[in-house]
Amino acid sequence: MSKVYIALQDNEESHYIVEAIEEDNPDVTVIYQPAMIRIECEGHLVIKRETVEEKMGRDWEIPALHVNLITLGGNVDEDDDQISLTWNN
Amino acid sequence: MSIEIKTSTLEPIRHTFEHTKRRFGDKPASRYQEASYDIAPEKNFHYRPMWQPDKLLNDSSRTAIVMEDWYAYRDPRQYYYGTYVQARAKLQEVTESNYAFFDKRGFADRMSDEVKAKIIRCLVPLRHMELGANMNNVLCCAYGTSTVLTQAFLYNGMDRLGIAQYLSRIGLLLDGNSTDGLAKAKEHWMTDSAWQGLRRYTENTLVVEDWFEVFIAQDVVLDTLIYDLMYRQFDEKITEEGGSDLAMLIEFMQEWHKDNSRWVDATLKSTVAESEHNKELIGRWVADWQEKAVADMAPLAEIAVGEEAVNASVEVLNKRLAKAGL
Amino acid sequence: MTSKKLNMKEKYSLLTRDLEWEYSYRDYEEIFKQESFEGIKITDWSKWEDPFRLTMDSYWKYQAEKEKKLYAIFDAFAQNNGQQNVTDARYVNAIKLFLTGVSPLEYQAYNGFAHTGRQFGGVGARVACQMQALDELRHVQTQIHAMSHYNKHFDGFQDFPHMHDRVWYLSVPKSFFDDARSAGPFEFMVAIGFSFEYVLTNLLFVPFMSGAAYNGDMATVTFGFSAQSDEARHMTLGLEIIKFLLEQHPDNVPIVQRWINKWLWRGYRVLTLVAMMMDYMLPNKVMSWQESFEVYFEEAATSLFKDLARYGIEMPDYAADAIAEKEHLSHQAWSIFYNYGHAAAFHTWMPTDQEMDWLSEKYPNTFDKYYRPRYEKWREMEEAGERFYNPTLPMLCQTCQIPMGFTDMENPTMTSYRQSVYDGERYNFCSNGCKDIFDYEPEKYVQAWLPVHQIYQGNCGGAEMEDVLGEYYRINLGTDNLDFHGSPDEARWNAWHNLQPAEDKLKKAS
Repeated sequence: MSKVYIALQDNEESHYIVEAIEEDNPDVTVIYQPAMIRIECEGHLVIKRETVEEKMGRDWEIPALHVNLITLGGNVDEDDDQISLTWNN
Repeated sequence: MSIEIKTSTLEPIRHTFEHTKRRFGDKPASRYQEASYDIAPEKNFHYRPMWQPDKLLNDSSRTAIVMEDWYAYRDPRQYYYGTYVQARAKLQEVTESNYAFFDKRGFADRMSDEVKAKIIRCLVPLRHMELGANMNNVLCCAYGTSTVLTQAFLYNGMDRLGIAQYLSRIGLLLDGNSTDGLAKAKEHWMTDSAWQGLRRYTENTLVVEDWFEVFIAQDVVLDTLIYDLMYRQFDEKITEEGGSDLAMLIEFMQEWHKDNSRWVDATLKSTVAESEHNKELIGRWVADWQEKAVADMAPLAEIAVGEEAVNASVEVLNKRLAKAGL
Repeated sequence: MTSKKLNMKEKYSLLTRDLEWEYSYRDYEEIFKQESFEGIKITDWSKWEDPFRLTMDSYWKYQAEKEKKLYAIFDAFAQNNGQQNVTDARYVNAIKLFLTGVSPLEYQAYNGFAHTGRQFGGVGARVACQMQALDELRHVQTQIHAMSHYNKHFDGFQDFPHMHDRVWYLSVPKSFFDDARSAGPFEFMVAIGFSFEYVLTNLLFVPFMSGAAYNGDMATVTFGFSAQSDEARHMTLGLEIIKFLLEQHPDNVPIVQRWINKWLWRGYRVLTLVAMMMDYMLPNKVMSWQESFEVYFEEAATSLFKDLARYGIEMPDYAADAIAEKEHLSHQAWSIFYNYGHAAAFHTWMPTDQEMDWLSEKYPNTFDKYYRPRYEKWREMEEAGERFYNPTLPMLCQTCQIPMGFTDMENPTMTSYRQSVYDGERYNFCSNGCKDIFDYEPEKYVQAWLPVHQIYQGNCGGAEMEDVLGEYYRINLGTDNLDFHGSPDEARWNAWHNLQPAEDKLKKAS
């Protein structure tokens, strides 16, 4: 299975997002690099709006992810409630 | 008098880039200047475009307009990307709260069915025309010369997409998101005789190759007429007929048009002032497109506002042209 | 009346896709003139899957937020003279190369996506391209603004657009983008949207920006990461265009495969400049070129091509050639620039002992065997006051335009050399990839504005190198170029930090 990945700028808001990702995707690997956080997972990874909102304690929309996003790998599927990355192999 | 306290070692060795220095002198340049002047590639292109082998990749002969210096322009708003998106974000925030308020208070229910039907017939089909305006301005961006101009065309093009989206949201707000309003508006655009002239005009602009002529046909002639007709005259008319709440949904378009007109006027004026050749050519284009536009919009103007509406809009256009030296 | 709730997909579709109408006063072909000449078959634009669903109101809102943050940092950087806080003034040469070599490509991308943003018949694809055009304009402008302060304190930034159109090594990135823009709109998307943005851009930005962060360059890391936040959208568009073309018609598959082969190689060659920046120009190292190549090319591309296998798309043949070069590329590139350090608009230097040890550790199979001995020789010459500069003009590869300095990977002491004859003329290439690209479209690549040929033909200001470098390129001789040691950049840096000039140290040591 190929790894999907996402990298975020290392900042306050991203920490909450990473926490949410870890909760919703128990198998992720989180790698801290200078100024950025890289998160990898075999096959599939999802970021759920609800979980991020709960971690942040406020409203948060999926497009706001882009403000802190550095790069990603995998097929993207995005709707109001979640954004996911998948490799079908 | 300004006093500058200098530390010997940290004194800058130059004030700005060489290309801004050559143009504006040896002093700190503004962010607008550094981001807009003389940054487009000009020389030594490696390959001829396969899609237009008789031209270079960036080629000022894609219009019959001639400028000795294509950077003679200046956007009076001094928009570069950062100032542009921040200006639009501000306008967007107000608009968003207007739309939310309209929705929350159920203002659509306060409008009569006739008023709603009139908005769907006369205003909402403009969303398609705005898509044409989007394509036309992006064309001017893609084939125009000099960043001072091309960036402003792209901002304009994206603004038109934004306006098409706001118009679509008006359609959705009026019928509780059933999407019938949008379907009806599209039918008007496709088959209603009130709209066929304008649809033909739009389709005709989409095949024009000279990008400056596109600018004249779209941004100067058609926009001046239509924005006056719909966002001034129709706004007043629909208020009389009990649709005054529409005003809060079209404030964006009104504010935008004011803002954009400053740039259109400045661009037109600089080009006309350059030479008799330009003046004569633009004069011909204006006459040609104006004649078509006036005839093509007349049926819509009559049902949207009334008989005298076209003449009032033409007067606005003529004033504007006179100001530019035409 | 209660409103029905529309989800993001429905809403986006109504607000964008539904704006399109069927033309009846004019023909589709008159409005979209460039859709068929490349041989690509589009049967149904409505099958286009929007890669992201951003309406303009959200675009303005989020982009304004990013810009506000970014410019606050630029202001703070300038006010605090942040240029003093980079690890070492040699580092600044990496961002000189960035502004002269990469930022103008952002400009070209702005032009190119505006072109496809008008030419595609599907509104979904058009709008996605337009947004990318706008983003690319953002990138070039924020880069100029980030570098504006460095330009006030270091040499070599000052004439970047002029140089990009003329200087020999800058014709490598320029010809790459000219090549893509002069192709048809679909090839442009495969070239830039897919091959460059999806597969290669991570290799350009991510390690480099991490490097900037690690070297105290707040301005660069900030624009870099802020630009990358748009990049995720661009990558998604790149992948969507490929899938769309492959799903539209089976006849598209071989065309797309050929374009992928071509453009991955073409883009990879441009990244030679990045390989050298990473291994030689960052005083504090984050990761080697080889390491980042393995993560961002080998690993990521393997996943991607496995995913594309169901369409019949294969990993390009030349990927193996690129992989074979990973232990050599940066060293060979740096050697070329060290050789021609008098003809570049930035400074070069020999690595310190500590840096050479790092290179030995990162490149155990190649560095000590092939490159260290050469560097030690050059260092001896420098210490003897005879810093080596190569006075001849190099032969350039007709396709990628890099001087012919790459070696045969089977035998790394032999220069790799390929030839083709076209219309009675002989053309030279650095690799199989570059030769094949030429052989498929010779009528295009014979047009290349090769800087060395142009100098010989007298089109670059004169016959003397001083005329070419000084008058035509506008390099300030002895200031912008030559070795870092002894440069005005170094002298200013030392004055800021009360350091002794290197020459004094050398004198004392001897």
